[in-house]
Amino acid sequence: MSDQILSFDEAMEKYDPVLGFEVHVELNTRTKMFSSAPNVFGDEPNTNVNEVDLGLPGVLPVVNKTAVESSIKIGLALGCKIADKSHFARKNYFYPDTPKNFQTSQYDEPIAYDGSIDIELEDGTVFTVAIERAHMEEDAGKLTHMGGATGRIQGAEFSLVDYNRAGVPLVEIVTKPIEGAGRRAPELAKAYVAAIREIVKNLGVSDARMERGNVRCDANVSLRPHGQERFGIRSETKNVNSLRAVEHAVRYEIQRHAAVLDSGEPVVQETRHWHEDTRSTTAGRPKSDADDYRYFPEPDLVPVVASREWVEELRAQLPEPPAERRKRLKEAWGYSDLEFRDVVNAGVLDEIEETIAAGTTAAVARKWWMGEIARRAKLAEVDPADLGVSPQTIVDLNRLIESGKINDKLAREVLDGVLAGEGTPAEVVDKRGLAVVSDDGALLEAIDAALAAQPDVADKIRGGKVQAIGAIVGGVMKATKGQADAGRVRELILERLGV
Amino acid sequence: MSELIKNSAAVLAAKLAAGEVSAVEVTQAHLDRIADVDGDVNAFLHVNTEEALAVAAGVDKSRAAGEQLHALAGVPIAVKDLIVTVGQPTTAGSKILEGWHSPYDATVVKKLRAARMPILGKTNLDEFAMGSSTEHSAFGPTRNPWDLDRIPGGSGGGSAAAVAAFEAPLALGTDTGGSIRQPGAVTGTVGVKPTYGGVSRYGAIAMASSLDQIGPVSRSVLDSALLHEVIGGHDPFDSTSLPDPVGSLVEAAKRGDVKGLRIGVVKELGGEGYQPGVQARFAEALELLRGAGAEIVEVSCPNFEHALGAYYLIMPSEASSNLAKFDGVRYGLRVLPEDGPMTIERVMGATRAAGFGDEVKRRIILGTYALSAGYYDAYYGSAQKVRTLIQRDFDAAFAQADVLISPTAPTTAFKLGEKLDDPLAMYLNDVATIPANMAGVPGLSLPGGLAEEDGLPVGVQLLAPAREDARLYRVGAVLESLLEEKWGGPLLAQAPVLGGSR
Amino acid sequence: MAEINREDVVHLARLAHIDMGDAELDRMAGELAVIVDAVKAVSAVAGDDVPATSHPIPLSNVFREDVVGHTLTAEQALSGAPDSEDGRFKVPAILDEE
Ligand SMILES: [Mg+2]
Ligand SMILES: [Zn+2]
Repeated sequence: MSDQILSFDEAMEKYDPVLGFEVHVELNTRTKMFSSAPNVFGDEPNTNVNEVDLGLPGVLPVVNKTAVESSIKIGLALGCKIADKSHFARKNYFYPDTPKNFQTSQYDEPIAYDGSIDIELEDGTVFTVAIERAHMEEDAGKLTHMGGATGRIQGAEFSLVDYNRAGVPLVEIVTKPIEGAGRRAPELAKAYVAAIREIVKNLGVSDARMERGNVRCDANVSLRPHGQERFGIRSETKNVNSLRAVEHAVRYEIQRHAAVLDSGEPVVQETRHWHEDTRSTTAGRPKSDADDYRYFPEPDLVPVVASREWVEELRAQLPEPPAERRKRLKEAWGYSDLEFRDVVNAGVLDEIEETIAAGTTAAVARKWWMGEIARRAKLAEVDPADLGVSPQTIVDLNRLIESGKINDKLAREVLDGVLAGEGTPAEVVDKRGLAVVSDDGALLEAIDAALAAQPDVADKIRGGKVQAIGAIVGGVMKATKGQADAGRVRELILERLGV
Repeated sequence: MSELIKNSAAVLAAKLAAGEVSAVEVTQAHLDRIADVDGDVNAFLHVNTEEALAVAAGVDKSRAAGEQLHALAGVPIAVKDLIVTVGQPTTAGSKILEGWHSPYDATVVKKLRAARMPILGKTNLDEFAMGSSTEHSAFGPTRNPWDLDRIPGGSGGGSAAAVAAFEAPLALGTDTGGSIRQPGAVTGTVGVKPTYGGVSRYGAIAMASSLDQIGPVSRSVLDSALLHEVIGGHDPFDSTSLPDPVGSLVEAAKRGDVKGLRIGVVKELGGEGYQPGVQARFAEALELLRGAGAEIVEVSCPNFEHALGAYYLIMPSEASSNLAKFDGVRYGLRVLPEDGPMTIERVMGATRAAGFGDEVKRRIILGTYALSAGYYDAYYGSAQKVRTLIQRDFDAAFAQADVLISPTAPTTAFKLGEKLDDPLAMYLNDVATIPANMAGVPGLSLPGGLAEEDGLPVGVQLLAPAREDARLYRVGAVLESLLEEKWGGPLLAQAPVLGGSR
Repeated sequence: MAEINREDVVHLARLAHIDMGDAELDRMAGELAVIVDAVKAVSAVAGDDVPATSHPIPLSNVFREDVVGHTLTAEQALSGAPDSEDGRFKVPAILDEE
């Protein structure tokens, strides 16, 4: 039984959406939040755990200093205030992926609060999103539901629990209610999560891979009739874990809420589950008294006191914010708006910057990263950055071309060799014998043979029909397997024929 | 019965060092004693015969080879079954953990192993240390060696009784509201709750994290000091562990001096509600200390009146959360619901219903209540404020006195079953010991003699400021020697003979 | 302040995941009422100006360096498990939740 929805346009005619996001970011520390077990993705189940992660009787937590520093950095990058003193609390609820049946989190005193970030939309408009807080907590283990048809909770006969992820450090970033986005709400949602992902990646504190769950979004949506001050009742769509899904989920919820409101029914305050296959949400658990989490200060941990010196030391380590950096690079490189956006979307900003730094022009770097490398990446279905082409390779290739040693066509073959592990571009040229034939003697031999093979063409050229030269050039290129410089060949033919 | 078992740990250590006895002999003597009397006392839930003898044999070998050994190497010890140990079951006195083996050692157990002290076994306790009589153990009560029809105190009745019955010269206890000191008082033994954070809690199954503390159980003040130095000190696995070094406690116990020391009698911990025999022995102790040159002053700690109430909000609150992990998923008991759908929720509910005893359930429900929405401020929050007031009372009292003194418990050992159906009456046993846990200050209980009306042991409690545990040993050693001089030997020499040689 | 009643105990037992039959609920409600009555005075002792103490000995910034320590093997991790499969803990179905 699927929910009624209104068309997006109709929903927008009647209602204003109010959004709110809780984004969980998994930190890429070497160890877990409260134990020294490794924080590693993808290993055999229950091998990256020690007694603390399993919540065995008698264990105690100890806070990972790097996780705290990463959290402060995130807070600073979000323009937050860093709390002089923050502490951990226990959020009590029973669930088999939570080894202690409480989550150690921060409650009334988070490490960072009161921030804001500017979100740039596709058309360049900037939307400021206010950040309520960013707090530290620990991730849960991973449940796999078995026996059901779909691997979903519903219909499963039993579940298997792997606690490798239990205790991985998380920072939960919570926005204040976001008003005034109007019909751009879905776009803003996507852009917000993309911005958070970019910020934490740029800080180096998270791998920020959404497909691995490094960045996970809970999206809150409510509607209110135009002109109404009071917020409507919200739904919280849990674990929307790709940028596209965030956009779609917000759009869907707006349409669903609108239909509910139109019908005169109240919106139910509940969690919703996102389904990528049907691009829709279904009802989860309604808010109930089982949500009484009985928070209290974690007695096994002591407060985190962030001195000014410490915070300033961390602030000094922050990289340039992504938005500012983009602005700076665009100007420095002289790309057009469109060129620059394409580069950003291709995710090769770092690569182009490094390539330029390695000794080439912005134009050449773009030509390679957006051209040949992008083409290969698309074929291989990987990100261009993951193809394994180093900035130095591009610089080397470009030098070989400029010196006339190879041409563009040969350069592609040289790249094949580099990627096949045959060495630097120069080494590949040597090994494969790919250099352009620039020895006039060798060329003249080929030219004479070509002229002899096509005497009628030679006569035409002598007679002034210079445009017929292509056939001779083609013959020479064929004879030299493309390794000749076509321009030089042309010159030599004309010389030979005395034209 | 080997006379060896009557020796204190200090004397055993000296005999071992001198080569007069072997560690195997000492360990075997205690194992024999356990075999003789523990059928009556039920102090042990598990006896660790093979490993204890192997450790002892190793010590003897090392000593023969001239290796440098810890002073207590080869001196056996019993461990409260709330503390996890590799190679032995750890049950916390609960059916929910019956048969569970920890894959890791508690920090204090690692320290015992490093000192090469043979671990004789695991001692009985109230389930999850919740009780004052050891009657709440899922594995039957421990009996008081002074009178087998009476309770040995709790929750560490097993450790206290084991030491009182000469089954072990030393034991480890845990003290959340008096669970080391009150059993010490009612069994005529010594028990110390160190400053909070002075001994690592890592591996002690938590009841109330902000109150729990592991400490020594022994038959003499010096022996407790010796053990305290083994187990104390900073532990990076416990975030609440103090960075301070453990200090010279043995030295303090040996020096034993009260001249010019101000000893504060806490007005609120005495008088009404305290058994006459307890009051009489306590008054006698004061006279002895005065005679030895101490200045006895009276101090008032008005907020101690609220300590018990605040304790019974904080302790169950933290316990309700600490005990949530026992759910039948990762370890321990799993009970399937008898009918209805087989969901994990229902398995958890059935497991916890079957695995926990009444007192544990009472405290979990009480704690769940105190933390629940709408009640937090009134209960848990208010209790934490009372805690501040109690700390202020201590601060004021310690401005007037170097150590404080009181009876350890209001009564001597009561009969098994007497208070089992009256939780409130049971809770009152801890009225004098709880303030120390609330404030984190150290406390020591030592035997003060026998109450005239029932001939049972009375405990005297000393309290010192946080991190000043040495003062307890310094004063305790003096009082102990004055009393023993008066009795003509240790109090336990007057205890009835147990077991095979009865 | 509200006294604890049987309804409350039903709710609390559910929150605490402890199944209780009718007789047990009745008994528990009676016992808890007595205890709550005995401790409720605590809520009136301290004024707003008194700060809460959650740690008896105040410490702060107790951290661990981000260095990998020991782990258990999957076998050790599962050694106490009531049920397991494929290196993971096995639990009955999770319905009506999440
Ligand atoms: Mg959330
Ligand atoms: Zn969270």
